[in-house]
Amino acid sequence: MNARRTLLLALGGLVLAIGLTFLLDPYRNYQLAIAAAYLCATAGLTVLVGLSGQLSLGHAALMAAGGYGYALTSQALTSAGVGGLPRFLAATVAAVVAAGVLGLLLGLAGARLHGPYLAGLTLTLVVAVPAVAASVGALQGDRGVQTQFEGVPGPLKALIALEQWQAWVALAVAAVAVTGLALVRDGRTGLRMRAVRDDEVAAALAGIAPARVKVLAFVVSSVTAGLGGAVLTFVTQSVSPGAYTVSLSLLLLVAVVVGGLGSLLGAALGAVLLVLLPWLVGTVTDALPLPSQVTQRLDGTLPLLVFGLLLIVLVAGAPGGLAGALTAARARRRTRRRPPAPGPSAARLVPAATTRPGELREPVRTPTEG
Amino acid sequence: MSQLRTLPTRRHQRRTAGTLVALVTIVPLAACSTPAASPGVDEETITIGTHTPLTGPAAAGYSSISAAASAYFDYLNDNGGIHGRSIEYVVKDDAYNPATTQTVVRELVQEDEVLAVVNGLGTPTHSAVLDYLNENEVPDLFVASGSPSWDQPETYPWTFAYNADYITEGKVLAHHAQQTYDDAVYCVLGQDDDFGTDFTVGLTTVLDELATTQTYSVSNQDVTAQIGAMQAAGCTVNFLATVNGFTALALGTAAKMGYRAQWLSSSSGGDYPTLVGYLGEDVGPALLEGFVSTNYLPFSADDPWVELFQKVNDEYNDGAPFTGNTVFGMSVAYTFAEALARAGEDPTRESLVEALESGEVVGNGIVPLEFGKDSRRSFGGVGITVVSGGVQDYVGEVYTTDTGDGDVVVYDGEAVALENDGIPQS
Repeated sequence: MNARRTLLLALGGLVLAIGLTFLLDPYRNYQLAIAAAYLCATAGLTVLVGLSGQLSLGHAALMAAGGYGYALTSQALTSAGVGGLPRFLAATVAAVVAAGVLGLLLGLAGARLHGPYLAGLTLTLVVAVPAVAASVGALQGDRGVQTQFEGVPGPLKALIALEQWQAWVALAVAAVAVTGLALVRDGRTGLRMRAVRDDEVAAALAGIAPARVKVLAFVVSSVTAGLGGAVLTFVTQSVSPGAYTVSLSLLLLVAVVVGGLGSLLGAALGAVLLVLLPWLVGTVTDALPLPSQVTQRLDGTLPLLVFGLLLIVLVAGAPGGLAGALTAARARRRTRRRPPAPGPSAARLVPAATTRPGELREPVRTPTEG
Repeated sequence: MSQLRTLPTRRHQRRTAGTLVALVTIVPLAACSTPAASPGVDEETITIGTHTPLTGPAAAGYSSISAAASAYFDYLNDNGGIHGRSIEYVVKDDAYNPATTQTVVRELVQEDEVLAVVNGLGTPTHSAVLDYLNENEVPDLFVASGSPSWDQPETYPWTFAYNADYITEGKVLAHHAQQTYDDAVYCVLGQDDDFGTDFTVGLTTVLDELATTQTYSVSNQDVTAQIGAMQAAGCTVNFLATVNGFTALALGTAAKMGYRAQWLSSSSGGDYPTLVGYLGEDVGPALLEGFVSTNYLPFSADDPWVELFQKVNDEYNDGAPFTGNTVFGMSVAYTFAEALARAGEDPTRESLVEALESGEVVGNGIVPLEFGKDSRRSFGGVGITVVSGGVQDYVGEVYTTDTGDGDVVVYDGEAVALENDGIPQS
């Protein structure tokens, strides 16, 4: 029942999102596609950090693994004469495998490490991967790997623009990734992850193998990050080391925290912020009467500053992030608007109201706490 | 957590259905909207844009180019513009990161609706948007890179190169070296991408053999190993396919190691004022004495073009340091204005490309531009400059050649002369 509802919700959401693309101009659709790609990564990261309590600063590297897996397979298939949907699917599977294997290795090492040590390991990875990619000949250095241009498929060509098509593909992949994560979260694995996060010893006493759960969490999270990398490569037709730097890794984490740790809605909000914030800040600075030299200097750096400030404000004011603040506001509004009255709808609200303290009893924990 | 959510109510479902109906009705309306006939052109202005590094490690060497181009456009606008329209140059920072280039170029095309992308800088960065621009039929003019990939009129009809290509530069430098140095051991240090590879192809077309071919990666700020290998191989004449920062690094490292050799650089990394900026006023001039580089733009201090550019630089660019980048940026701006002047009273993306294909746009270089129906190649030849007594200037002949195995021949024509104070007339 629960799983079926998640699937229906995902399908409905996807149809609605695809409908939404008709209201957007090509550039917005491009931004939507990029946000969907980031969503794959942030959703995986939020489950990893929020649910299993492992901190990863290396998700950009996992995205890069997916991106290179996608690009290299796509290139090989193009020269073998394969195109269209089979090429896309095969390349996406390659992306998932590449990121999954890297995630497995990382997870195996990570299960032995705690808090800052795991963060350090993943940070090393995200520093190393672009450097390796830049110096390995087969990966074509700083320039990166280009893939064949993939236009809108024939029958749709008259109807939609390229960016809209890319947004559709990106949304579909993101929907698969997020639905998968939601199923994991709501299922038995999710419960085990939370148990391990809260108390490893207690979880082990209850018959859970903490190491196995942690590795699994890492692999699941890596696979979705890899999907994100694949989507990004599909949209931009190229993958290069410069796209997956340490700063992207950190921004992904910031987006997850700002959105609300452990919440998939929060991951979506974070991904949208990641794309929109630089653009918004750029638009504002362009509109201000500043000399062009100053504007150009602010262009690359101001969004980071705003992101940092937002992080500080949110952590201080609403530790649950945007998603947490939204849920709290909704719950407050509901209790205020409908005073407890007899009836079927009120009966359904009661559990929601009573579980709120339960939610507070289990606050979002940062992995460094244990 | 999932128990927290309420099940969708009837009301919710009805509202969702309503939204869907609204979407379905809006869809055909939105799909019908068509773009304007010629983007970037209105009654008073022409909007064009570029991507260039303004932040990040590459910014130091190149950010002055777009500033110089903007200054020249301001000069043109103050003198009536082109066909009565002023030119607005939108400069977007891509930090020399191909991923960012993708975003900013889409922004230029879709948000700012530019008529053309002019002087997009860098091989790795611009390669990332080459397909996109041609797919969308946006003129992609005067790419600031010497990669031969911009000259593919069949595949990329909307793209036009600007720098003399690296193969030509390599061939001419090699030919010059053969004429000048006896019993030399030739070696090359190149960037580990198309820049280094293409330049080396040019060198080996002319020279039989290179004693060693060294490469460096932009992300690693240390070339001690490479310079050491060149010293060990006994190289006496070293070619450089390096950007300005790495030219300075190579010369500085060699000096520290007490290794003396003759250095010959591609124009992309051979700008004397910029190199002195990197090496410092105290040792720079001494290290660079006798340094050889190619160039294809006016550079001598008494050249009328240089005098004009210097004037524009003082008046419109706050008297910024006058370097090869300044000349480069202003030359690009002039060339675009020339193309625009020949593209008719009401320019479109198509008429702009037609003007360039007509071959009437010649630019302001020491050889005229070679654009035509089946050529996207800019300069077919380059001259040789040498630093002597702290002044970099042309010496000897200007050479032309092709990108294949054709001979390097002396160019007997004239440089393009300055007319009408650098304000192109139709």
